[in-house]
Amino acid sequence: MCLGIPGQIVAVQDNVKKIALVDVGGVRRAVNIACVVDDEHPIEKAVGQWVLVHVGFAMGRLDEKQAHETLALLAELGEAQEEIEAMKKSGAA
Amino acid sequence: MKYIDEFRDPEKAAVLMREINAMMEKLPYTAEKPLTIMELCGGHTHAIFRYGIEGMLPKSIELIHGPGCPVCVLPMGRVDDAVAIAEQPGVMFTTFGDAMRVPGSKKSLMQAKADGADIRMVYSPMDALTLAKNNPDKKVVFFALGFETTMPSSALTVLQAEAEGVKNFFLFCNHITIIPTIRALLEDPLLRIEGFVGPGHVSLVIGTTPYGFVAEDYRKPVVVSGFEPLDVLQSLWMVIKQISEGRAMVENQYQRFVSDAGNAVAQAAVDKVFVLRDHFEWRGLGSIEHSGVELRPAYASFDAERHFAMPGVQVADPEGCQCGEVLTGTLKPWQCRMFGAKCNPANPLGALMVSSEGTCAAYYQYGGVKEAS
Repeated sequence: MCLGIPGQIVAVQDNVKKIALVDVGGVRRAVNIACVVDDEHPIEKAVGQWVLVHVGFAMGRLDEKQAHETLALLAELGEAQEEIEAMKKSGAA
Repeated sequence: MKYIDEFRDPEKAAVLMREINAMMEKLPYTAEKPLTIMELCGGHTHAIFRYGIEGMLPKSIELIHGPGCPVCVLPMGRVDDAVAIAEQPGVMFTTFGDAMRVPGSKKSLMQAKADGADIRMVYSPMDALTLAKNNPDKKVVFFALGFETTMPSSALTVLQAEAEGVKNFFLFCNHITIIPTIRALLEDPLLRIEGFVGPGHVSLVIGTTPYGFVAEDYRKPVVVSGFEPLDVLQSLWMVIKQISEGRAMVENQYQRFVSDAGNAVAQAAVDKVFVLRDHFEWRGLGSIEHSGVELRPAYASFDAERHFAMPGVQVADPEGCQCGEVLTGTLKPWQCRMFGAKCNPANPLGALMVSSEGTCAAYYQYGGVKEAS
């Protein structure tokens, strides 16, 4: 029950109760999106948004920029290691 | 699914492992005196076992699996109360599936259901509210469990019930809060933990700011983490990096979902509906001040504790159970006298064996038994 599953909002079903249809790995169900809509993220723009669903409630919005940054940092770490490995192999100080 | 494969990339995991190994070589930890890091959240415990993360780490790192599984820390007396409510005539009792097999002193909800009580498993508290609307002649009770992650969903469901004027919906509230529990752990003289992997989904709601005291007052690093294998590895790397640089800060690895301030809408709903209890009882840990919430007086008409007669008695854990020592990391699951033959997922004695997020169930399912023998 604590595990959050990412899903994508595909349609808003009820603007007042803030209920949307969310696709979670191919399964579609009604999800309460009250916690992921605010002035900056109006319900009219909710369709297409990726959210983390907990027990039928969307509790968080995916920040794609941050996801890319985290992955980029990991990629850089790998590149740095390759550089160091290459340096070691070439015998350079 | 979005950003699942990316955070399971084995090449990136290998990179992180090399970084971790390189840092550990320069630190004075050994297999006999390891660096101890606690993951607080049961979801992390599950991920660590599922992806074999513990086995990848050098022996100089010991992971201690913390008390962050709300089903596991639910005391027996509260299960007895749940059964007592469920067995009253005219009651339809609804619960997350996780709680069905948690042992009470006489029976679990599963056994109560077999004995004829009307107990239904639901995915969401909203499903319980729908059952209430569809069954106006029944009193529908929802067994509300969980940390701050699920608290907003219960709060919003109560607000929805109020808005729709539903009179036959009740909440049996067992929600608990993480911060007083971390403080209680840090005050435990037996506990030796040098850093924390912080709970990602609790932090989705409360943000990262509330962990500040762990770094400032206790000088321990906290890294709020996601749940994919790379998330956990990267968070461990960040904790070790802080230790090797002599820093103690709150850092956020899970920035793609978690903000420092948390979710304002969720926090407002929780504040509106719930208020802190003076004390709440935890299985294995005892009573912890201000660690649970109950419905505010304004929502008393939805409060199952006020509406139904129930024993309300604190019950000691079964004799021989050592859940408390396992929860605080002073005992490994296989060192418990009950582990294996007497306590296993098919026949759990202690709650840590019940939920798949429980430490003992994870050890049992993913090879801890081999380690024990």
